[in-house]
Amino acid sequence: MRALHFGIGLAIIFAASWAAAQVGADKRRSGTQDMGEALQKMQDDDTANPGMLFVQLGSQSWAKKAGTADKSCADCHGNAGTSMKGVAARYPAIPKGAEAPVDLDGRINLCRTENQKAERLPPESRELLALEAYVAHQSRGLPIAPPADPRLDAFRDQGAAIYRARQGQLNLSCAICHDDNAGRKLAGVTIPEAHPTGYPIYRLEWQTLGSLKRRLRNCLVGIRAEPYASEAPEYVMLELFLMDRAKGMVLEAPGVRP
Amino acid sequence: MANVLVNAPKTAKRGSVVEIKALIMHPMETGFRPGTMGKIIPRNIIERFTATWNGTEIFDMEMSPAIAANPFVSFFAVASESGTVGLRWTGDEGFVVEERVVIAVE
Repeated sequence: MRALHFGIGLAIIFAASWAAAQVGADKRRSGTQDMGEALQKMQDDDTANPGMLFVQLGSQSWAKKAGTADKSCADCHGNAGTSMKGVAARYPAIPKGAEAPVDLDGRINLCRTENQKAERLPPESRELLALEAYVAHQSRGLPIAPPADPRLDAFRDQGAAIYRARQGQLNLSCAICHDDNAGRKLAGVTIPEAHPTGYPIYRLEWQTLGSLKRRLRNCLVGIRAEPYASEAPEYVMLELFLMDRAKGMVLEAPGVRP
Repeated sequence: MANVLVNAPKTAKRGSVVEIKALIMHPMETGFRPGTMGKIIPRNIIERFTATWNGTEIFDMEMSPAIAANPFVSFFAVASESGTVGLRWTGDEGFVVEERVVIAVE
């Protein structure tokens, strides 16, 4: 009888400690955790991660003068290691004097046109991705921290609405795959929870670096919906919502994905 | 300027086997893909990768259009004497890139 009581007591203690461990635990999973071991090692090794080639290229562009203002990024921002630390973790944000939010590559192009007096870099171009990767890499290891700007709420809510709206010929929403069925298989591949932790990512299928916009377009085509026009505000709204959803998760840019 | 990332040990024990890993940025365009307006994009690949240790060739590799963009090559060598490992990539459109790493053998 005593032994039985002791056993029950022990079971209660175990159950209580297990529950305590679960309460604080973050159950969100980065896409990295759903990849194979080989790809995880590739991402972690800075000389095997092809995204680091773009980071290297970006560090060269950072110091290169451009535009009629003949200024480089470094002329204003100095050492990216200190000035750009945490920047990727808080974007998209609303720039000074603007009404609508921009994401990281939007911000880079804004800097080019306003401060460097140079031409915009085309979307998904190697130069833009390289700079984006270089800036994002400075925030590696930091938690995603969206700014507490109340003006962003309306945009974020619109992003959430897009995330939950069914669209396309397959009549699917983002949420159906990435909330309701995350962790299950889609044609042999684990459906990730869609946390933007590693962008810009080096996707092996693309054989190059790609932005979160490209990934979103890819998903839209996958559900046979018409993707929003390149640089449409909908992408930034979705990014805002996704970054808020992944708040506190660790940035790992540049990520490697299959 | 070419973008190369090389991972090799700075020091090695005499007679030990060292791994040298090299990653280079290159589109490795196959020459079979149609681009905009259906025109074939001309082939642009790295054709050859060679490595030398103090001038003596230790590794040689011929690359083909089937190799993905940004090729990553890893190979092994016996560390017999201190020296410079020279890596050289050559390919279409006059592509030549050279990179050196110094390995001290104790």
